[in-house]
Amino acid sequence: MAYSVKVLDHYENPRNVGSFGKEEEGVATGMVGAPACGDVMKLQIKVGKDGVIEDAKFKTYGCGSAIASSSLVTEWVKGKTIDQALDIKNTQIAEELALPPVKIHCSILAEDAIKAAVADYRKKHGEH
Amino acid sequence: MFAPVYFDHNATTPLAPAVLEAMLPWLTAQFGNASSRHEYGRAARRAIDEARARVAAAVGAHATEIIFTGGGSEANNLFIKGASACLRPGLLAVGATDHPCVIKPAEQLTQRGWLLRKLAVDGEGRIGTENFLATLAQKPGIVSAMLANNETGVLQDLPALAEPARAAGAWFHTDAVQALGKIPVDFRALNAAGVHAMTLSAHKIGGPKGAAALVLDKRVELEPLIAGGGHERGLRSGTENVAAIVGFGVACELAVHGMAEAAPRLAALRERLERGLLEIGAILFGAGAERLPNTAYFALPDFDGETLVAQLDRAGFAVASGAACSSANPEPSHVLRAMGVAPELARGAVRVSLGAANTAGQVEDFLKTLQATVAKLRRLTAIAV
Amino acid sequence: MLNLPIYLDYSATTPVDPRVAEKMIPYLVEKFGNPASRSHAFGWVAEAAVEEAREEVAKLVNADPKEIVWTSGATESNNLAIKGATHFYSGKGKHLITVKTEHKAVLDTCRELERQGFEVTYLDVKEDGLLDLEAFKAALRPDTILVSVMFVNNEIGVIQPVAEIGQICRDKGIIFHVDAAQATGKVTIDLSTLKVDLMSFCAHKTYGPKGIGALYIRRKPRVRLEAQMHGGGHERGFRSGTLATHQIVGMGEAFRIAREEMDAENAHIRKLRDRLLKGLSDIDQVFVNGDMEQRVPHNLNISFAYIEGESMLMAIKDLAVSSGSACTSASLEPSYVLRALGREDELAHSSIRFTIGRFNTEEEIDYAVKLLHEKIGKLRELSPLWEMVQDGVDLSTVQWAAH
Repeated sequence: MAYSVKVLDHYENPRNVGSFGKEEEGVATGMVGAPACGDVMKLQIKVGKDGVIEDAKFKTYGCGSAIASSSLVTEWVKGKTIDQALDIKNTQIAEELALPPVKIHCSILAEDAIKAAVADYRKKHGEH
Repeated sequence: MFAPVYFDHNATTPLAPAVLEAMLPWLTAQFGNASSRHEYGRAARRAIDEARARVAAAVGAHATEIIFTGGGSEANNLFIKGASACLRPGLLAVGATDHPCVIKPAEQLTQRGWLLRKLAVDGEGRIGTENFLATLAQKPGIVSAMLANNETGVLQDLPALAEPARAAGAWFHTDAVQALGKIPVDFRALNAAGVHAMTLSAHKIGGPKGAAALVLDKRVELEPLIAGGGHERGLRSGTENVAAIVGFGVACELAVHGMAEAAPRLAALRERLERGLLEIGAILFGAGAERLPNTAYFALPDFDGETLVAQLDRAGFAVASGAACSSANPEPSHVLRAMGVAPELARGAVRVSLGAANTAGQVEDFLKTLQATVAKLRRLTAIAV
Repeated sequence: MLNLPIYLDYSATTPVDPRVAEKMIPYLVEKFGNPASRSHAFGWVAEAAVEEAREEVAKLVNADPKEIVWTSGATESNNLAIKGATHFYSGKGKHLITVKTEHKAVLDTCRELERQGFEVTYLDVKEDGLLDLEAFKAALRPDTILVSVMFVNNEIGVIQPVAEIGQICRDKGIIFHVDAAQATGKVTIDLSTLKVDLMSFCAHKTYGPKGIGALYIRRKPRVRLEAQMHGGGHERGFRSGTLATHQIVGMGEAFRIAREEMDAENAHIRKLRDRLLKGLSDIDQVFVNGDMEQRVPHNLNISFAYIEGESMLMAIKDLAVSSGSACTSASLEPSYVLRALGREDELAHSSIRFTIGRFNTEEEIDYAVKLLHEKIGKLRELSPLWEMVQDGVDLSTVQWAAH
């Protein structure tokens, strides 16, 4: 499997690896995938009072493309409102990382992780 | 050192030096399995892809139409058995002078409900149009006719056969093993005329033994002959023979590029050879048809072919009696029988097939040697009588 | 100075031994004749070389050269053995038995026979990867005509009890085929005592070239086959097609070297394997797949729990190893062999196969151990599963939002 330069960069130097404390204010978590499928992504966002994502962290069990997709997403969501974050589409991720067709599912998973994290945030903060 | 003159290029050819050079890294430091994902494997995969492109380019095909196999016999078996397995049993037609590795698998199919028709040839070895059209009227599912015959070098007019065959709804295959590198072979043009599949082999064109290909129009559905692992788009499983495939690619390129110069040179040598043969009293087979430029097939009446080739071998000339693959068979050549040659004469058949390293001097020496051999054998027979 | 990447994938393929390459080259150059050419010395020289190689192959496994038929590789041998014998003996029955951890060349061939109307039992293996002989006996039917069990597994290196299986088959008059592609040069194979009827070999797993293999076909008692490739009647009609002399010569030389050097080589390889295993033993949550006793010393298949195999391969790209088997590694599926062992998904997805061979050194193993320590730590830091387990979560109780 030949990886693109960008995948390799994110894989070698993943951005924003880690976890927030569970009790931290404004933290929401999205966990998608399953060990049986070979990928599990955990994306956490920390949302400020103004609804802007101040920080994001991830941990991923999966191939290099899955790790790169989630690392990229943590960079992209920072500074966005949660609505803007939901506009990030898997195709943009796939394009940015030049994912081969067999790895498109990694970008889909990353998009799902954003949705799951936002859904968790809304649940915790009483939004519909 | 005594180095015999090699006049048996239709049996196999010496490796071109550039082919050996291209192969050596893949027999030494570059040893990866092309299915492995580490760099050793990826390097092997790239080399196979490159070879596939070279083979495809040499015959005007698309790289995705090339299925590598372990040999020409396998490629022919793959098509005949593989295509038939996806069709309802019906009529199957193969050239009467085709190679055993087309005829035998076709005969096997008769055990699975197929009816086999061997396409009759004329005295020069060409499939007769009238009989052929009569066969087509019975709607064969598969037709296979070789492009160039391995014994006589005689060419079939493939477009003339394939166009009506396509109209009749048949899959049309051709064994182009002997034609490749000796005459232009253009799969795109043949495909447009109704040829769906074509067999090629490396070791007849200065490449190594152990690599060959079936060029296949993707509309044709095939069952693999060898299952397990899904290599070659699932049509031929088994770890790729990287070195031989690389050699095949380079050999194709060299053979096709060198053809414009080699073909007229070989044709001139063959013309000189046949003129001399006629002077000695030989009868030429297939000489009235369009032929490969390198092949001369003849018999001297009253002389046994086996005896002649044995004498010639001792005198330093490697030639064949009948096809290499069926040399173990004492029966006269099925090709000559199909051409209507009397069995006594057919038993005298000797094939000279020329190649890149052969020279005019060798041809002159050969003619002198043959003449002397004939004279000697005549004396012996005269004494015996 | 280490040459990177370090090759630890000898079960995918081996380098051609330089002695083998040297012996092959003359048959690519001046001795280029077609072994089927009967009318001149070019052909005779090639034919003599083919027969000499046939003797070498036969000698390694204590068989008669007449029992050896050349093929293009183990895949073709497996196809020829299983389809050829099944078709020939189809009048006696329609049932076959094989094992779920067999190579695809056997499994796919059996699937093909199922489509033709034969019935195939795919036996489970025990957790250690070995066949349960009682389960095997129970699967036998009066209409069983063929059993196919591999000698050494390609992914986990376990050695199946072929002697016992062979005796059971012989007693019942059932044809027994063994895929020995991974066994030659690693275990002693004595076909004068083993009750094996058909055995597949290939050269490129035993320091010979790719593109050549052989099938052993027993003569006493005689085993019959339907040929799968027809034509000029080469190989006594079992397999038509021009013989690739140089490759055959290479296989003969490779098998000669294997016969003469196997004992010393296995000792060397076992030492390296043990060194690797010891070096990794202090890492938490590392599991060896497959039995450690009934196993060739060359293979160490390890699951590094909570790290996905492909990201592991990327992290240790200085090591040429494989996750799953070479033939299936294009797919995203976890190894079916490990699944058959009953491994949980996250362990099956986390396996790396290290296969050690003739040219590995202690220095290389030490480098591998050091690299693995570094990278496992880094990847577990990245792993949400590892984090959960550290927090005391039982992963089997988690409801996964599978996509």
